[in-house]
Amino acid sequence: MKRKFKIFRYDPQKDKKPYYKEYEIEVQDGWTVLDAINHIHFYVDGTLAFRRACRSEICGSCAMRINGKNRLACKTQIKFLGKGTIKIEPLPGLPVIKDMIVDMDPFFKNLEKVKPYFIKYSPLPDEEQLQTPEEREVINEAAICILCGACTTSCPSFWANPDYLGPAALLKAYRFIFDSRDEGAKERLEIINDRNGIWRCHAIFNCTEACPKEINITHYIKKLQNLAVNSEF
Amino acid sequence: MEIEKYYHKSDALVVGTGLAGLRAALALADAGIDTITISKVYPTRSHSVSAQGGIAAAIAHASDDSTELHMWDTVKGSDYLGDQDAIEMFVNEAIETVYEMEHMGVVFSRMPDGRIAQRRFGGHSRPRAVYAADYTGHVLLHTLFEQCIKKRVRFFNEFFVLKLVYREDGVVSGVIAWDIRNGGLHIFNAKATLFATGGFGRAFKITSNSFANTGDGLALVLREGLPIEDLEFVQFHPTGLYRLGILVTEGARGEGGYLLNGKGERFMKNYAPEKMELAPRDVVSRAIQTEINEGRGIDGKDYVYIDLRHLGAEKIKERLPQIRELAMNFVGVDPIKEPIPIQPTAHYQMGGIPTTKKGEVTKDSQNTIVPGFYAAGECACVSIHGANRLGTNSQQEAITMGRIAGEAMAEFVKKADLFSIPEQAIEEAEAYVRKYLEGNGSVRPAELREKLHETMTNKVGIFRNEKDLSEAVKEVRELEEQIPKIKVEDKGFIFNLDLQEALETENLILFSEIVAAGALNRKESRGAHYRVDYPKRDDENWLKHTLAWKTPEGVKFDYKPVVITKYQPQERKY
Repeated sequence: MKRKFKIFRYDPQKDKKPYYKEYEIEVQDGWTVLDAINHIHFYVDGTLAFRRACRSEICGSCAMRINGKNRLACKTQIKFLGKGTIKIEPLPGLPVIKDMIVDMDPFFKNLEKVKPYFIKYSPLPDEEQLQTPEEREVINEAAICILCGACTTSCPSFWANPDYLGPAALLKAYRFIFDSRDEGAKERLEIINDRNGIWRCHAIFNCTEACPKEINITHYIKKLQNLAVNSEF
Repeated sequence: MEIEKYYHKSDALVVGTGLAGLRAALALADAGIDTITISKVYPTRSHSVSAQGGIAAAIAHASDDSTELHMWDTVKGSDYLGDQDAIEMFVNEAIETVYEMEHMGVVFSRMPDGRIAQRRFGGHSRPRAVYAADYTGHVLLHTLFEQCIKKRVRFFNEFFVLKLVYREDGVVSGVIAWDIRNGGLHIFNAKATLFATGGFGRAFKITSNSFANTGDGLALVLREGLPIEDLEFVQFHPTGLYRLGILVTEGARGEGGYLLNGKGERFMKNYAPEKMELAPRDVVSRAIQTEINEGRGIDGKDYVYIDLRHLGAEKIKERLPQIRELAMNFVGVDPIKEPIPIQPTAHYQMGGIPTTKKGEVTKDSQNTIVPGFYAAGECACVSIHGANRLGTNSQQEAITMGRIAGEAMAEFVKKADLFSIPEQAIEEAEAYVRKYLEGNGSVRPAELREKLHETMTNKVGIFRNEKDLSEAVKEVRELEEQIPKIKVEDKGFIFNLDLQEALETENLILFSEIVAAGALNRKESRGAHYRVDYPKRDDENWLKHTLAWKTPEGVKFDYKPVVITKYQPQERKY
């Protein structure tokens, strides 16, 4: 079946400003958007650029805006996108390097601000630290975030204020603060208990809707807000 | 056209940011060594993230177990080609690796009492796989990345290595890389360089591997006239999603999943009556391919089923959530209600850059060390996996050998001098990209890759024979002749994906000849290498490692003995 794609194009080396280019290709049953743009890149227009790696929803490379929504190209089946032209653009809110490739450095820099690593001051045991399945369950969902950036770049609060840590960084903070083994909750809470931290979230739920791993990010940010209000730190 | 050059110096250089590269970078950071880490992707995009089922260690939580048993299973799994001194070290270190990763915060799945849980895996005689649902690689990789942030590891993300600097005096003094994001040559000069560049599955049509797995490290080594070990041993994972090759973890069988043919039979009873679905991967993949070849695929087609329905919704959701998601999204099947269509998929290379037990790269049958050069993880061949790797031993190897190699590098650089990078090497690297940016080729990289995929999948697959392999060697050489005709449409400097793919395609073709020629050369069947014309293992003539060099006249071979300490070869039955 023939399908039309309207794709955002921008190469700062040769284009004064971005434009959209249309491609019409034959798509096969079961193709994802990634299959389609790979096909265009491989056989129609070698200059088209985008990131991708695992093509199985786990590496987080291929987040982009597809028909106005942030999604993973590898997870998006073309047959579920209706009949019209499929519009493909880079994630919003981050500087565009070329075509669908955005500069992820601001995203990762925000992540680094929340001390996104396990913190332990007590002596470690020779073997593992114990954690019951129930304790683990509290952070299970948050721990499988793939850092694709779909959430943070869907958030109007982030668009308006790039200093906002954003949902992905806050989710990472949650993953450690609520880890029964971790001892860095207080120092992380001091960082995120800020107008550019948890209080910039206005529960718009864009992040939760955008998350390709279907993580209820807004819910976890609310948990952090509750903790900040009720904690004795 | 001016290509800018940028010069960097550090004591240590790590190429690749999967489990092996990141663990090595951490070991170097812990030792206070000035280190630069390069990757062609952002670290969390590295293919280790896709590993699913688990990481092996004989911590004996789910049953009795011992390092001796882990060693024995690995030796037998390797079809006696694994070096037993390396395997013995590996199984002992494996336990420390698991606890160390837990201490870094990995969210391993737990038993009700709070200890780390373990599950069964193919070829392991005990439930030995430590896991985090079916996201084990993801949580391990992200945890190492988090620790690298903590230790302020210096990353150069999205750099593509064009040349390994192997000097005329036999010393490695760094690499030369292309800045994917901005263009330009970066000359990385270091006392010690580690390759942790991962696997090569993209040489095949059906593969579980990421787009990035183009065996770049192997090609860079071959181009410098250094050898690669045992590359003919390619692991085909038994269960890739039909037509796509996307991995369905062996953990699905570890949790009790069945394999069913077109007649609805659990056909593994005919191939491995004792271990059934939990025989090692080489055995199970051959069984599936035999069922398909003999017309017992589903509706006579080229796939069979993995059936999880009897595990029940709760267990599937808790232990195999990613498999369920992948099956639903990619083949429209909910494994709670229907069996999943699968076929074998190119997954892992047992061979690679030959190294010592400390990760030092060697260059001949006497194991002569190349000063300043290290390798770890899938791109390396220690050899722990021999002719067939057991599931969960690769994540373990990547982390354990990454740590060991990183520690060895830290010791080395304290005493070593910094050797310069010859101007000629920089000129060669520049010419290497210029030929694409200024050239006027006519063949798209994708066209060459498609032909390579046909050859490698049809003629260098699970079942091999003299005729197919001879043709494959010839066809790959013909593709090599096409390389100068590669067309790069994009002439720009900024994120030139077209250029990157041309370079990757060249790499794929280069090492594929070694795979095909090695398979043609080895006239026996051992582990994952199965010759229908030589169906028996031949210890008298072939209990030895292949070393292969790329030369203008073709592939040159030499051999080195297998290290056998505790277990003499015997018949391998499951």
